[in-house]
Amino acid sequence: MPVEVILPKVDMDMATGQISRWFVTDGQSVKQGDVLFEIETDKAAMEIDAPASGTVRNISGKEGVDIPVGQPVAWIYAEGEAYGSVKAAPSTSPLRGEAAPLGAGGGGDKAPSVPPTPAVSPPTLPTSGEGGSGKARATPLARRLARENRLEIAALNGSGPHGRVTRADIMAAIAQPSTSPLRGEVAPQGADAVDKAQGSALHPTSALRAAPSPEGEGDAVLKLFEQGSYDLVPHDNMRKTIARRLVEAKSTIPHFYLTLDCELDALLALRKQLNDAAPVKKTDKGEAPVYKLSVNDMIIKAMAMALMAVPDANASWTESAMVKHKHADVGVAVSIPGGLITPIIRKAETKTLSAISNEMKDLAGRARNRKLKPEEYQGGTTAVSNLGMFGIKDFAAVINPPHATILAVGAGEERAVVKKGEIKIATIMSVTLSTDHRAVDGALGAELLTAFKRYIETPMGMLV
Amino acid sequence: MDATPRELSYSQAIQEAMAIAMEVDERVFLMGEDIGVYGGAFQVTGDLVERFGPDRVMDTPISELGGAGVAVGAAMTGMRPIFEFQFSDFATLAMEQIVNQAAKMRFMLGGEVSVPVVMRFPAGSGTGAAAQHSQSLEAWLGHVPGLKVIQPATPHDAKGMLLAAIADPDPVMIFEHKLLYKMKGHVPEGHYTVPIGKADIRREGRDLTIVATSIMVHKALEAAATLEGEGIDVEVVDLRTIRPMDKQTIIDSVKKTSRLLCVYEAVKTLGIGAEVSATIAESDAFDYLDAPIVRLGGAETPVPYNPELEKATVPQVPNIIAAARDLVSGRR
Amino acid sequence: MATARKLETETNLPFAIRQYKPAELRDVLRKMYLIRRFEEGAEDSYTRGLIHGTMHLSIGQEASAMGICMPLAVEDQITSTHRGHGHCIAKGADVKRMFAEFFGKTTGYCKGRGGSMHIADVSMGNLGANGIVAGGIPIAVGAALSAKRMKTGKVVVSFFGDGANNEGAFHEALNMASIWKLPVIFVCENNGYGMSTSTARSTAVKNIADRAAAYSMPGVVVNGNIFSEVAEASYKAVERARAGEGPTLIESKTYRYRGHSKSDRNRYRTKEEIEDWISNRDPIMLFETELKEFGIVDDKGIEAIRESVRAEIEAGIEFAKASPSPQISDLDNFVYTEVA
Repeated sequence: MPVEVILPKVDMDMATGQISRWFVTDGQSVKQGDVLFEIETDKAAMEIDAPASGTVRNISGKEGVDIPVGQPVAWIYAEGEAYGSVKAAPSTSPLRGEAAPLGAGGGGDKAPSVPPTPAVSPPTLPTSGEGGSGKARATPLARRLARENRLEIAALNGSGPHGRVTRADIMAAIAQPSTSPLRGEVAPQGADAVDKAQGSALHPTSALRAAPSPEGEGDAVLKLFEQGSYDLVPHDNMRKTIARRLVEAKSTIPHFYLTLDCELDALLALRKQLNDAAPVKKTDKGEAPVYKLSVNDMIIKAMAMALMAVPDANASWTESAMVKHKHADVGVAVSIPGGLITPIIRKAETKTLSAISNEMKDLAGRARNRKLKPEEYQGGTTAVSNLGMFGIKDFAAVINPPHATILAVGAGEERAVVKKGEIKIATIMSVTLSTDHRAVDGALGAELLTAFKRYIETPMGMLV
Repeated sequence: MDATPRELSYSQAIQEAMAIAMEVDERVFLMGEDIGVYGGAFQVTGDLVERFGPDRVMDTPISELGGAGVAVGAAMTGMRPIFEFQFSDFATLAMEQIVNQAAKMRFMLGGEVSVPVVMRFPAGSGTGAAAQHSQSLEAWLGHVPGLKVIQPATPHDAKGMLLAAIADPDPVMIFEHKLLYKMKGHVPEGHYTVPIGKADIRREGRDLTIVATSIMVHKALEAAATLEGEGIDVEVVDLRTIRPMDKQTIIDSVKKTSRLLCVYEAVKTLGIGAEVSATIAESDAFDYLDAPIVRLGGAETPVPYNPELEKATVPQVPNIIAAARDLVSGRR
Repeated sequence: MATARKLETETNLPFAIRQYKPAELRDVLRKMYLIRRFEEGAEDSYTRGLIHGTMHLSIGQEASAMGICMPLAVEDQITSTHRGHGHCIAKGADVKRMFAEFFGKTTGYCKGRGGSMHIADVSMGNLGANGIVAGGIPIAVGAALSAKRMKTGKVVVSFFGDGANNEGAFHEALNMASIWKLPVIFVCENNGYGMSTSTARSTAVKNIADRAAAYSMPGVVVNGNIFSEVAEASYKAVERARAGEGPTLIESKTYRYRGHSKSDRNRYRTKEEIEDWISNRDPIMLFETELKEFGIVDDKGIEAIRESVRAEIEAGIEFAKASPSPQISDLDNFVYTEVA
């Protein structure tokens, strides 16, 4: 029996993926573990290895098209195994049960026909026969249980005939939130599993959100514009994900904003002092300092320490409980071509400024090449977004679930300030903290911001 | 003292009910073809004519329409007739008096009269009587407001429901399956009634609800015994009354099991199973369904003469077992 | 109206004049007017849109209805046809409650649920008009069976038309009434047409009463427009029934002036035929003439009767107009007998 190579699920949000590049061709011999293809997910590119040794045949997964998770994209035949006609994918992921021919008085449905080579597959689960609407099949009981447990039918595997989701499938999904066995997948965070079992809506970015619905509303927008006065650019996965997450965050999280100004002079002086003192090391490009701190690196550290000082603000909201984090995992927004991603500095409160700085450089570099691993950008307990380099004075950021806070940092600029009745010049940076008001209310947010400001304005405090 | 409960056959139970009714109430009398000295085509009336005389056990000419009308007129004017049709198929001849007169008289006259008539119909196939003597037409009459329609499945219920029917002030149509006449079962002595409009859970279960009528109740119970050995726990509901149907019992059962199989002998299309299915689909049991609703009913043909063909036109125990397996396993 | 009394045979007078007192006979005349004016009032209301559906008028058949019902007691019962307004009034109904029923009001005899074709007055022994041709005939036999079994002494009259005599139910009912010797009188009001089909074209016998022989009962033909003749035949049949001798079939030959129903265009008969019956054989005119002849009523008396009837009809229509309609929420009432 040839071994299936499927399009694996590598992201928690993922319902489809695109093969960006094949590294093997039909008929090529591979060893288990060789890289077969690269898959572009919402955020990053991942290499997928051969699950077995043998000859690759029937490369059906085309590059650059959306393929449903779990769909076979190639087969690996063992040495000497006869290559006959491959049966049309018997295990297209969602159809685990066979469709039995209907018995006495049945409606005459055909057995489901599974397309052998999905050219362009719909982003939702394939249904059999009629199903032009692409609606998932589920029993009324399954639908009710799904509603009650805030699960999305469309993202579940159905074990009934025609891929029908039944009660058993819902109960399985509740017990074990992620059913895909693929490597590279982030283990559901502890809180995830607890909350799912309790049926709460934890992780708005959980895999169990349905893809947003399509075309109709797009047509309405196009009608407002003259034909030929626009280009249509289809969304890539990152754009889709950004859109989805932002809408979710904005519509489910009650955002609350606090702004204050920080004097940067002391921090800038310390930075210069530290950078000047940096040892140099030899690299193949010549000499380079071991570290080069940016203002943002120090902001990250300040935020981490502020969260340690105001631990109640280092939390995530869930329906059943407040998750109080022990570490400050600070996500840092990085602009990349086509969008934005937020790699995370984990346990930032324990890391030195130079460690943070070097880690950020590495993460940002790989982010721009879309080479981040999911565990490097998923999760986190807060985030920092800095548009100062663009001269933005201040702005309010959208919280990234599961965080309860995000700090929006504006440009540091010389401003006139009043001190003891006299006008002085200082370098001032405006920061705005957005909080999830369910977890962090005004006073707590103010406390956090004040702590942050203290670390920024007396930056030596970050070195201890 | 013998502790074993008394057993009567289904037809004996009916006879006993009629005798008790005639003894206590002189308004009760029987009409039908050959019910007197002949004892009735299925020997249900037996020797009642000797006990009560030909005025109370009246042989009619072969005049179903006229006879049914006489029964209606007698019921409207103070008597309590029980009209026996020789075969349920002959209800067709009397449809005018049953549907246009008996069912509607009270309503048309704004409540000025009641029509306390009982009509009994030997029904169903399996005796080789072929197309015109084997039908199950209870759904036809069940479709008519103003009538009550019952199908007792056991001797106990046959006696109790007939006594309830005789006491009922409105027209009651009783469909008795011919193959049940000789079935024996426990029948208490004396007067008792089994309520019209109440279904009976004959066997409790958790995995599947089977709603069945008449002889199919027994086939369902037989199937349930086999299925128990496979770990499938079937709840069998004996519907007993077609109109007014006990919807609540069915709804509660399906909420418990999440699966429904209807089994009835009458032609499947536009039959009782359709009503039961729609009832569940409209009720809050809908949100408890974990499988499609399935009906096993009679074939879309007249009843054939050949015995194998005849059997093949109605659900049999293996059909019920197979359907139950498919539903519970999630294959359907 | 009249209770059973000994048949007067001593003189040469018409039966009615012999048998009934003048006051009773004037009352008969009033009732015939009441029937006629009721039908006309109903017709008028219908044309004004006050009556839903259709109506089957018996104008011209008043003597037949009155004559048959004359010997009946209140406890005796009748079943009637779709053309049953006259029977209803002859059996003692109150016209205002009949109008109310036709207007669909709750004060009607059937609480607005039955209408013209199902009008009934159970307390006065009228078991109901029937929308099915021959529908009431077996029912009447059933009522007669009850009377015999319960030994009440009641008799039952089954009214039906010439069309009904070809329905299976007619034959089955007459047969059973005969074999069981039931106290029922079968009255066929033969007005010549079953809707549009004449008896000549539809019925295999010349007189419907000829069919009585097939069921071993007396068959009597009477001129349905002569009150006395009808009453006499009815009287004899009632006595026979009460004596336990079994049923009789009376054929009352009469005529209806209006079409079968309100949709009838009268294409199947000639205007001359209708005119002839109206002018020469009108039952009210004939009865009036007879009564005047015997000095039982004069023109003033007739005038007083007409005026009284006119007032009663007018009051009846007003009553019906003012009465309430049923509530939609009461739709389910009377389908079954509510058990208290």
